[in-house]
Amino acid sequence: MQNDILFEAKNCACKFGHGKKVVKAVDDVTFDIKDGEIVSLVGGSGCGKSVLAKMMLGLHHPTSGAFTYKGEPITDYQVHWREVQAVFQDPFSCFNQFFTIRSQLKSAFGIYKEKPSNFEMEDRVDQALLAVNVKPSEVEGKYPFELSGGQMQRMLLARIFVLRPKVLIADEPTSMVDACVRANILDYLMKLKEELSMTIVFITHDIGLAYYVSDRLFIMHKGKIIEQGAPDDVTQRPKSEHTVQLLEDIPEIHKEWIKR
Amino acid sequence: MKLLKNLLKSPMFVIGALLFLSTLLIALLGPVFYKVTMERVGAQYGAPTAQFLLGLDDLGRDYVSLLLRGLRSSLFVGLLAGVIATTIGTLVGIYGGFRGGVVDDVLNMLTNLFVVIPSFVVLILISASFKEGRSLTLIGVIIGMTTWTWSARAVRAQSAALKSKDHISLAKLNGDSTLRVLLVHILPYIFSYVFMVFILQVSSGILSEAAISMIGLGPLDTVSLGTILNQAKNTGALGDGIWWAFIPATVVITLLVFALYLINTSMEGVFNPRLRK
Repeated sequence: MQNDILFEAKNCACKFGHGKKVVKAVDDVTFDIKDGEIVSLVGGSGCGKSVLAKMMLGLHHPTSGAFTYKGEPITDYQVHWREVQAVFQDPFSCFNQFFTIRSQLKSAFGIYKEKPSNFEMEDRVDQALLAVNVKPSEVEGKYPFELSGGQMQRMLLARIFVLRPKVLIADEPTSMVDACVRANILDYLMKLKEELSMTIVFITHDIGLAYYVSDRLFIMHKGKIIEQGAPDDVTQRPKSEHTVQLLEDIPEIHKEWIKR
Repeated sequence: MKLLKNLLKSPMFVIGALLFLSTLLIALLGPVFYKVTMERVGAQYGAPTAQFLLGLDDLGRDYVSLLLRGLRSSLFVGLLAGVIATTIGTLVGIYGGFRGGVVDDVLNMLTNLFVVIPSFVVLILISASFKEGRSLTLIGVIIGMTTWTWSARAVRAQSAALKSKDHISLAKLNGDSTLRVLLVHILPYIFSYVFMVFILQVSSGILSEAAISMIGLGPLDTVSLGTILNQAKNTGALGDGIWWAFIPATVVITLLVFALYLINTSMEGVFNPRLRK
């Protein structure tokens, strides 16, 4: 199973706007993502990594090129989202402020053709909350604005434990939380990979972080994937100037660790 | 609840709401305590007396009765027009803003078309084409159908701004239908705007009805504040200095619209944190 290709992109592009104002958010990218691996998409702000993530989710459509999941173009999104799910950067903006957290975790079951029984749904939500170290009673009756940023990011992950998809697209899940919570979140991602053998696309601007978690690194710049390979290859023998730049931007202590 | 508390802190809102509620109560309960009659009770344009506080009209009818009936008509027409305009506008705006692309372009074009067609002229033309059976309800419907563009524009902008938010993406990933996304994930966020627009639509409905009635194209089946003014105008009461023929009706319309504007303005202050002190 390890080497089955899940996602495959051939010369994919995603453009916005018309005529002179056209912006190529993703420009002619070719890559594949195999079953069970953790791939990191690394790049600075505006390099197109989030758009690429949304393309994998089917929230944006490629304007040219071929994009496939399990060898088929993504057509039925309801089916696609049963297997491919996401966590986003800002957990507060991800939840509807007018409903309780619990009801929103439960509404994730909407993606299934046939919902499980109410008892099973409640049970799976409880299990998911416990998986991210939150007692179900802690969030009972709570609204999103009543929780802290770290708790909310865990709620987003709990949603993933509820749905147990095959692929998780994690769009900068650690950029808005403090260092301690960041370590927690990475632990949960590892747990998802190990316990549920999930394929994870980890999107980050932090190449140091990506180095630790990934099986492969994709470096993005101006909409293109300029370099891809094993973390050691990319960090030890960077081929492009931009990768060198990204590596130089890591705080000193990180670099010491990488050299070791 | 917090919102209501904030609103009640604003004196502007309290005054506006009290004023509006009292007109509503007067319109609904007035006839219970005061004997409303549309019969001739005295001489043409009889001056105010202790029995008929605001005097009598051209046909010798009691003005207090007429005002009570008229107030009720004006509120009815305003609310009817407000509900219709806000509903159409919200549907067009929320869907167009959310869908974007060609659908939005078409709906936007339709909205702009209605913006450039002077709605009051359309109102006059349609009203004038009904020689018989021009009822209050019909006027309310026509006003609603011609003034929904404000709501559409206000709602469209909000909806378009919300559609790219993460919680909408997540709702889609939950498999929510477009209808559910619109009703559950967008409408609650813009409800304050919708309500504010509704208040404005109601007041514009009341004013439009008064204006159309004043020029003699008002409802034929009942008395409204506009038809009272129309009668005063037609019989030359203004020139003869018969103040009770037009001042009370004008004051009632002004107070009604003023109350609604106060509510609207104070809500803007509460809903928009930047305007909060």
